[in-house]
Amino acid sequence: MRVRLLYFAVLRDIMGTAEAELTLPEGTRPREVWERMRVEHPELADYTQPPLTAINESYASPDAVLREGDELAFIPPVAGG
Amino acid sequence: MMAYLTDDPIDASALVRSIMRPSDGAYVLFEGVVRNHHEGKAVESIFYDAYRPMAEKEIDAIVREVARLIPDVAIAVAHRLGHLVVGDASIAIVCASPHRTESYTASRMLIDRIKQTVPIWKKERGPDGEEWVGWQK
Repeated sequence: MRVRLLYFAVLRDIMGTAEAELTLPEGTRPREVWERMRVEHPELADYTQPPLTAINESYASPDAVLREGDELAFIPPVAGG
Repeated sequence: MMAYLTDDPIDASALVRSIMRPSDGAYVLFEGVVRNHHEGKAVESIFYDAYRPMAEKEIDAIVREVARLIPDVAIAVAHRLGHLVVGDASIAIVCASPHRTESYTASRMLIDRIKQTVPIWKKERGPDGEEWVGWQK
């Protein structure tokens, strides 16, 4: 299945891009996507727990099951206002 | 009620005019402003980034929830994004009500909640370099 992954703020800087199209096995969870990012990017090595997670523009559990066409984003610590 | 994100300077008086009703006897305007320091470090400018559609939804949900908790308050919120310098307003919140107490209460509740959950980030720039606020390297 295909999932669109969006990167914001510090994650966009680390990944060097604003988004990626991922092809993932059925049943993949955001936590596993984070783990893959962590392995590939040493800047994230210390972050064993994923940041807050959003699926289709709403907060979701990092253990929710992703579905075909979902838009996934990891939400680093927010600082609005 | 209105809430929006903008790349332009916020026109606070337009925000006030947009929600005031003849029955309102008071409004409270809160503006958050870029300051020249953060945790002991000098700040020259801030870049605000957002997950725009989600940030708009989250602010909208907060506005609706506060309006539910404090009846008869009219609310407008504008959050600016992009590159801001010291003295620029990053957020403006207007609350109007027949009597002042409700507007003061709603204003405080709105800014506290917006800071907690809305997916907006800031990168501070100063003489020592730049840093995403809240991210521990």
